[in-house]
Amino acid sequence: MIDKTVASVADAVADTEDGATVAVAGFGAAGSPVELLHALIDQGAKKLTIINNNAGNGKIGLASLIDSGRVAKMICSFPRSTGSVVFPDLYRAGKIDLEVVPQGTLAERLRAAGAGIPAFYTPTSVGTPLADGKETRDFDGKAYVMETWLHADIALIKADVADTHGNLIYNMTARNFAPIMCMAATTTIVQAREIVDPGSINPEIVVTPGIFVDRVIHVPNPEHEDDLLRAERSYP
Amino acid sequence: MSWTPDEMAARAALDIPNGAYVNLGIGMPERVANFVPEGRTFIYHSENGLLGMGPEPVETERDPDLINAGKKPVSLNPGASFFHHADSFAMIRGGHIDYCVLGAMQVAKNGDLANWSTGAKDAIPAVGGAMDLVAGAKTIYVITRHTTKDGTPKLVDTCTYPLTGLGVVKRIYTDLAVVAVSEFGFKLVETAPGIGADEVQTKTAAPLT
Repeated sequence: MIDKTVASVADAVADTEDGATVAVAGFGAAGSPVELLHALIDQGAKKLTIINNNAGNGKIGLASLIDSGRVAKMICSFPRSTGSVVFPDLYRAGKIDLEVVPQGTLAERLRAAGAGIPAFYTPTSVGTPLADGKETRDFDGKAYVMETWLHADIALIKADVADTHGNLIYNMTARNFAPIMCMAATTTIVQAREIVDPGSINPEIVVTPGIFVDRVIHVPNPEHEDDLLRAERSYP
Repeated sequence: MSWTPDEMAARAALDIPNGAYVNLGIGMPERVANFVPEGRTFIYHSENGLLGMGPEPVETERDPDLINAGKKPVSLNPGASFFHHADSFAMIRGGHIDYCVLGAMQVAKNGDLANWSTGAKDAIPAVGGAMDLVAGAKTIYVITRHTTKDGTPKLVDTCTYPLTGLGVVKRIYTDLAVVAVSEFGFKLVETAPGIGADEVQTKTAAPLT
C-alpha cells in the first residue's frame, strides 16, 4: 500500500539541511504554503537558497523566514512589491544575495529540471543586462540566450486536495508555480486542505500526478497569507 | 486637449481586433479592458495562470486565490481556464498571445523598450514577466505619457535605461499622439484634439515622420 501522508508539518520538514535549495510555491499570497513555511522557521535550517516568484510580504510566511536570517539567497522574478519590506532592507544592507530571473525563464528552468533538460534557448532577455555573460546562439536568423535547469532539494507546496498517492489538484490561481516546483524538487512536500483515498479524484482532473510528490500533510484550515497580511500578523 | 489615461486606453483598444488573446500590463494598460469597442470580445491572459479573466468583482465575491498578475482580485468570464506557470509562459513565449499592452520608461525609434529598471545603483532589480511578454507576444503596444513629469521625452533616439527587449514595440499611445514604429523610425499616426504635430515633435527626442 502506498501512503505518502506524514503526521505533521514539523515531521515533513524535519530533515531539511543547512544550505538546501527550497522551491516555495505561490504567486504573491495565492498558493503560499504558510504552515509549511512556519514549520521550516521552527525547524531551524540556515543558509537556504529560496526559489519563489517574489520575496515575501509583511512579516509572515516567506518574509518571516527571510527575516529570521536563514536565507542566504533569493532566486525570483519580482522581489519588489508594495507589501515587501523584509527583503529590500536585507538586500540594501548586503545581507542577502539575489538572482533576478525573468518570470517565464524561471518557470521554464524549473520545468526543464523536472523534465531532465539541462539547458534550453529562449528569446527572453536577449540584448538586456539579464543576458550578460550567457551563451547566445542564432536559430533561423534570430538570437536566443541559453538558460539552464533549476533544481531544488525540496519544494513546499499548497494544494487544495491530495490523495494518499500524492495526486494533487489546486484552487484557481493558487496553482501558479506549484506543479513545476513539484517536478523540479528531489523531495516534494505538500500541505493539502483535504486528503482523500486513491480513486477519489477523477484521473481526468489530476493536475500534478503523484509521481512528483513525496510527502503529504493534512492542513484542513490553512491560513491564507492574504488574511494574515490584512490582520498585520507576524510569525513567530 | 491632451488625452486622459482613459482616452489613451480607449484609443489603444480600437487597434485590437475582435477575438484577440490579450495580455495587459499592470497600471495604465489595465484600463484597456474598460474600453472594448462595441461588438468585439477580447480574451484576457494573466501570467499567473488564467485565461478568460474578468473584471474586479464586488467585495463579497472576492477570493484571494483568484488574482491577476498585479495580485488584485479578479473574476472569471465564461470559458475561462487555469494552468500552471510554465504553460502560461508557453502561451507568451510560444507566440500564442496576440496583443500585449505595456507601460514604458523609454521607447526608442527602432522599437527598443525600457520599462523595468532605471539602472540606479540602489534600485532592487525586478523584472517579472515583462521580458517574456515583449519577446513572445505577437504585437506589443505601449501606453505611456509622452514625457516624464519633468518634461523629459520618453520617445527617444536610443534608450539610456536598461532594455527590456530589442525592436519590440509596434505602436505607442500617449496623451498627445499615436505613434507607430516603422523601419524608418517614429511615424505620427494621429494627434489628440487640439495638439499640433509641431508640439508632438518638440516633446519627442527623435524625428517624427
